[in-house]
Amino acid sequence: MTLAARQLGFSRGIRPVFAGVDFALQSGGLLQVQGANGAGKSTLLRVLCGLLAPDAGEVQWNGRPMRGGDPAFQQEVAYVGHANGISADLSVLANLRCTARMSGCEDSLPNALRAFALEAVAGTPVRALSQGQRRRVALARLALAPRRLWLLDEPVASLDDDARDRFHALLDGHLHGGGIAVVATHEALPQGGETLRMGVA
Amino acid sequence: MSIEAIEQTAARGLSADPLALEADGQGAARQSVTAACLALLRHDLAIAWHQRAGVVASVVFFVIAASLFPLAIGPGLRTLGSLAPGILWVCALLASMLSLSHLFAQEHADGSLDQLVLSPHPLALLVLAKVGAHWLTTGLPLVVLAPALALQYGLPPDDGLRIAGSLLAGTPVLGLIGALGAALTLGTRGGAVLLCVIVLPLCVPVLVFGVGAGLGEAPAFPLLGACLALALFLCPLATAAALRIAME
Repeated sequence: MTLAARQLGFSRGIRPVFAGVDFALQSGGLLQVQGANGAGKSTLLRVLCGLLAPDAGEVQWNGRPMRGGDPAFQQEVAYVGHANGISADLSVLANLRCTARMSGCEDSLPNALRAFALEAVAGTPVRALSQGQRRRVALARLALAPRRLWLLDEPVASLDDDARDRFHALLDGHLHGGGIAVVATHEALPQGGETLRMGVA
Repeated sequence: MSIEAIEQTAARGLSADPLALEADGQGAARQSVTAACLALLRHDLAIAWHQRAGVVASVVFFVIAASLFPLAIGPGLRTLGSLAPGILWVCALLASMLSLSHLFAQEHADGSLDQLVLSPHPLALLVLAKVGAHWLTTGLPLVVLAPALALQYGLPPDDGLRIAGSLLAGTPVLGLIGALGAALTLGTRGGAVLLCVIVLPLCVPVLVFGVGAGLGEAPAFPLLGACLALALFLCPLATAAALRIAME
């Protein structure tokens, strides 16, 4: 299992967001994407998961060019974006249950709640939760369905120390299990891996 | 068969009974797509229940608008009765426009649309589930209320039921076309006006056939059914494509 980018570039209108991004990750590989605000970290993640089509270069998954909307690729990807992707009106449990049902893994629902210590707030509407708690719900999706490629946008922002530890434990498990992760982050993760600095190229 | 097992088979380059593997995979996939669509439908219905004030607005509009016409036109029963299908249909069309603009807007804002587009299931079917949930909350009440409103126009119950029947076949088409418009105008400023400009012309055939069916004209009902069949097939595909574009 490999994820690679070859001379990847993306522009909005005539303004290039990034260009010439190159990397290759094997099973168990972690890529930390760092850079200033507006350097294109989030955009790179959206290109990698196929939500945006690159203007130059290509993303390769298992050695083959990846096209956006390919179900075989999307079966493998978990994307936690800048927005949490949860409905504010419903409870934590209702949100996670919908995700679990859609990926056919309702059994792992208790695990996901436990992974981020969400049992106590499971019945609370997301609207009543703090930013950090909402982020926990978004990240709990990672523990729901086994996906082999994680694309995470600022996962630890607004998390407290306990949630950070829980996230790092989850990420360690993912990488040791042979998964690949691309993480856009401002603070270096202890897992190491490769680092891609955006905005200086 | 697990993902690892499939991968190992592929890695060894063995074609160990590929047909059996494919059939197995397809059956499971079909089952999981149905489960995913049902899960999404229930999820959207739950959200609609939490936002019932907004959902009820379009139904209330329908009732008020359709009730004002008999008062304004006056009690000339013969005129009123022949106008009823047209008025009820125009009110239903405008009511459906009211609720359309937030069909995908909230999902777009909170990021769940990203997750939907990235789901391994066919996006067109997920769109169909979303439109289904939308119709159950905003279209079906109009169908149920139409016979009662028709009484205000001095129509016998049979005619009221015929109008409700035409709405039953027609309002899903309005929802399906509206979903396409909502997806095309997602994230644009002044999207609500643009939505009307895009959707209303496309709805004109449905309006014409729907009113015809409500009046009991012979060829109108089959034509309305044909519109429904065509919209059920084409609109989810087009909406899915529009949603992918809206991601950019």
